[in-house]
Amino acid sequence: MSTDNATEREQERNEPGPFETLGRGLRLSPELRSGLAFTLVLAAITSIGRLVVPVSAQKVLDNGLFGAGGPDVRYVLGVTAIGIGVLAVTTASNYLMNKRLFIVTETALANLRRRTFRHIHDLSMLHQQSERRGSLTARVTTDIDTVSQFLQQGGMQIITSLAQIVVATAVMIVYSWQLALAVWVVFVPVSLLIKWLQKHLANAYSNVRKSVAMMLSAVSESVVGAGVVRSYGVGARTSQRLDTAIEDHRHNQAKAIRRSAFSFGAGEIVHFGVYAVVVVLGAYLVAGGDMTVGQLTAFLFLVTLFIQPVVTATEMLNEAQNAVSGWRRVLDVLDTEPDVADPVDGSDLPEGPLGVRFEEVRFAYPGGEEVLHGIDVEIRAHTKVAVVGETGSGKTTFAKLLTRLMDPTAGRVLLGGTPLREIRFASLRSRVTMVPQEGFLFNGTLAHNIRFARPEIGEAEIYVAFSELGLADWVDALPNGLDTELGEGGANLSVGERQLVSLVRAYVADPDLLVLDEATSAVDPATELRLSSALDAVTRGRTTVIIAHRLSTAETSDEVLVFDAGNLVQHGPHAELAAEEGSVYAGLHGSWIEQTRSS
Amino acid sequence: MTHAAAPPLPDAGPEPGILRAGLRNIRDMIRIEPKRFSIAVVGAMVNTAMQMSVAFIIGWVVSQVAVPAFENGEVGTGSVAIGVGALLGMSILRFSSMCARRIGSGTQMFQVQAHWRRQVTRRYLALPVSWHQKHPTGTLLSNANADVEAATRPLAPLPFACGTLFMLVLSMVVFFTIDWAIALVALGMFPALFTLNAVFASKMAPRAKRAQELRAAVSADGHESFDGALVVKAMGREAAETERFAGTAGELRDAMIGVGRLRAAFEPLIQGLPEIGTLLALLVGLTRYEAGAIGLGELVTVSFMFSILAFPIRAIGWVLGDLPTSVVGRRRVDGVLAATGDMAYGDRELDGTGPARLEFDSVAYSYADGTEALTDVSFTVEPGTTVALVGATGSGKSTLAHLAARLTDPTRGAVRFDGVDLRELTHRSLAATCALVQQIPFVFDDTVRANLALDREGIDDTRIWQALAAAGADKFVGDLEAGLDTELGERGTSLSGGQRQRLTLARALAGQPRLLVLDDATSAVDPKVESEILAGLKDSADAAGVLVVAYRRATIALADEVVFLEGGRITARGTHAELLETHRPYAELVTAYERAEAEREFDEETAA
Repeated sequence: MSTDNATEREQERNEPGPFETLGRGLRLSPELRSGLAFTLVLAAITSIGRLVVPVSAQKVLDNGLFGAGGPDVRYVLGVTAIGIGVLAVTTASNYLMNKRLFIVTETALANLRRRTFRHIHDLSMLHQQSERRGSLTARVTTDIDTVSQFLQQGGMQIITSLAQIVVATAVMIVYSWQLALAVWVVFVPVSLLIKWLQKHLANAYSNVRKSVAMMLSAVSESVVGAGVVRSYGVGARTSQRLDTAIEDHRHNQAKAIRRSAFSFGAGEIVHFGVYAVVVVLGAYLVAGGDMTVGQLTAFLFLVTLFIQPVVTATEMLNEAQNAVSGWRRVLDVLDTEPDVADPVDGSDLPEGPLGVRFEEVRFAYPGGEEVLHGIDVEIRAHTKVAVVGETGSGKTTFAKLLTRLMDPTAGRVLLGGTPLREIRFASLRSRVTMVPQEGFLFNGTLAHNIRFARPEIGEAEIYVAFSELGLADWVDALPNGLDTELGEGGANLSVGERQLVSLVRAYVADPDLLVLDEATSAVDPATELRLSSALDAVTRGRTTVIIAHRLSTAETSDEVLVFDAGNLVQHGPHAELAAEEGSVYAGLHGSWIEQTRSS
Repeated sequence: MTHAAAPPLPDAGPEPGILRAGLRNIRDMIRIEPKRFSIAVVGAMVNTAMQMSVAFIIGWVVSQVAVPAFENGEVGTGSVAIGVGALLGMSILRFSSMCARRIGSGTQMFQVQAHWRRQVTRRYLALPVSWHQKHPTGTLLSNANADVEAATRPLAPLPFACGTLFMLVLSMVVFFTIDWAIALVALGMFPALFTLNAVFASKMAPRAKRAQELRAAVSADGHESFDGALVVKAMGREAAETERFAGTAGELRDAMIGVGRLRAAFEPLIQGLPEIGTLLALLVGLTRYEAGAIGLGELVTVSFMFSILAFPIRAIGWVLGDLPTSVVGRRRVDGVLAATGDMAYGDRELDGTGPARLEFDSVAYSYADGTEALTDVSFTVEPGTTVALVGATGSGKSTLAHLAARLTDPTRGAVRFDGVDLRELTHRSLAATCALVQQIPFVFDDTVRANLALDREGIDDTRIWQALAAAGADKFVGDLEAGLDTELGERGTSLSGGQRQRLTLARALAGQPRLLVLDDATSAVDPKVESEILAGLKDSADAAGVLVVAYRRATIALADEVVFLEGGRITARGTHAELLETHRPYAELVTAYERAEAEREFDEETAA
């Protein structure tokens, strides 16, 4: 409990203030500032509209009622007509201001969404994995939605409220500077109180957003893992976890609304305090002849016109807390420097097949132990290399370093003689393709998924690609051929079929260096056989690195790299390595032979 | 409607029933949490009543304090004291009633949200796996979050709106008591304002719906793209993905600008109308004052009341404006709550110990679209034996594994444990008897220990370590910094695919099931590690029957019997050796490796 409080205090100290965030946000979205001056002018005109009623009331009472010659209906008619005219103008300006506000904020926020989305993709794989997926989605959806809602409702009202406060003050001074002064004297300490309350609110809303993310995470787990929950009969446990997350979110929301109500209520109390002051002082001023009855009446209206925007602004500042927390999280993402970044002034890869060189490459996950201990190896262009080793030996890390999904902690990787860190991403990604362990398919047709690698490719070409890999009959057997919908994450296909599709996708990308990571592990032997003969043709003319679990792949490779506990322990053709008695590879090969032949 | 049988068109113009549906939704929500709602409404009524009293006090102050002061040149201290006292007393009442209104309506809304979220997620857990496969994760997430929020949105301004209605009625009474002419102005203005709000709300409905749909689309696009982040990165498609996302985000922007234009047109009118009304009231009031029908204090009170009514009346507009969105959200929530296809469980418990007997009796299974995935499948896994299911990709093996664990029910025929139809068993008994390990391992965002035990009875650390050892996972778990207490993170992303598979296998073994169903559950495990696990399984095979979907020959060779599936039918049964000799398609499939090797050797010989 005490540690919880300590971390909460810590956060309170470390979180930048709302104005700092607002400033950062405006700097990053210059669209929001364009035409701001005009919007402010419109806001000022709009707020004048609010003065029509009190000023008319004063004119009617003082000149129409108590004026020389008794009540004057024609004068009052004139005042009413002018009042309605002014209202028409201010209503029009209100319309323009609202319209501008929506166009400007929506345009700016659509761009912010786009930039944040791109930035998240630019962050390194390690960084992406350290965040919960649901939270990343929240950055480009709900977080920006709260900002948009705030700017359109709260933001606008804050602007008009401020304008109204200024205009009301000006008119109050005209009627009675003494009363205006009194109103401000009451108002200033209140604004300080409000500011103090805001700080507590900020924390409450920040907790609300966090608990939403936790709740979404729990819901997504119960949905994605539905099969496991069902087959292990752990519905009660899962539902308890969900209830806890839901209840935690509700609790945080309730806490925030309580704090919000009290800080809003502070404004209300002041409202009446100010009335009281105006009544007392006003009565004496009227008695002393410093003020007319009409002026005092107008002033009583003006107090509402002054306090109401103050209360509204307070209210909106409350909502602003929510928006500011959302905005801050978005900006924090944008501020995160991608640790595997596209080099400035990077170079392009040389034409033709690519050779690879690892020089003293070491790698450790952040805060973890080293998993690769100084790898030195050269893979010649045009060769087909198999990487083998036990689980956790460093094979997959090797592949990720090779494709620059991660950067080594020491040493360097060279591709075609150029250090990987100096190669432009555009050049790197178009020439080097990796098929990860769990190839991800998108919700859409089969053709759509293949086009992911090359958008311009036609249906015929896609079909040819499948034919070249000996998979034409598989496509033909699908209900709608290339137009078959694959479902979310390729759910309509079996795991093996998903791997087929991601292989064809990589083939269509036509890279010079192809890296396959356990990509054929779930394909049945007959399909794999078809695929491997096709892959033989595919690998011709390019460099291929295959992380293989099946030693049949290693047997057909030009060279084999054997990893063991983060070290490259053997390197050479299959036959040579298998002959080295007592070696790691000979052991792996022995167990493989045993499995495939024992019957 | 020329044809009598034609179904009603749901999207023809603005829905006339939306108001009724919205009000019904509100009624339902009040019933869930009536106490807090009542507190909020009482708070709102007291609050608005206090606001109206201000009008009287101001009127009274002007006529009883200001005018005498103006006329006599001195202030009546008593009158001032009364005015000030009334104002301060009221401020306390206003503060507490306002807190009651806001906290009451807020917490009521949050309670209802939590209530529905619990219900929706309970349905998620209760609905069968086939239902889940038909609904994208993003949609289900949005049902539990955004849709619930949308459905409850009118609750926030509702008590305020109720208070306003109360105040409107009260003020009409006051207007009529003061003067009929002024009351007529009010009678003209308030209905006009109400109509304006209603027109606004109905025009807003389709636009708000569209914006909400696009918001869900933006969320789905983002979720999918981040899920596939590794592929996007590996293929260098960040720019194209950003374009795709920006396209949807752009549509949302345009839809929101549409919403904004409408709001920009209506809101100023809604704000301006009461002000015009106040001016008219002043004009009418003055003529009535001139005619001697009303006094000065009353004139001020009336115009003040017009001006204070203007703002709260918007609360009614907010409720009306939120109605269409709330109806859409509520319908989606109801869609989940009303989804059928629950698996009804029986009340029988299996009391046997030791390995169970699994029997498939003329089982057929069809997908919702009518395609038959399995036809007339009959076989048994005798107690303590191992049966391997072999077949090409898409031959129906996984469906069969799902049927064995009752993740789904057969269309025809029956699946039985120890002679009892699975549909007659309790969920508890089913889960205790049979453990399914799926192709894609699923790991909970929790510790290793919690992932293995899943709060099931009798699973202590000793049992967990035994299971880990049998699944070949004891070594890497032992190497983890916090051992069994290591947090695995969402979906266990810190582990490799093979490690995750071994953990889920250990999870199955930890429950000491009487039947183990392995659906290609070791595909991402190294051959060497796999053979270790298989050896471990063979040791515990005396305790369980095993149905295993397999590709590797070592796995198949371990089985006592092989069931070979082709196109959803069993085309061969027998031992591995028998099938190799008698059934050619089987031999072709499982000897693929050897043939690959033979072909290579042949190539080398001819090349030499």
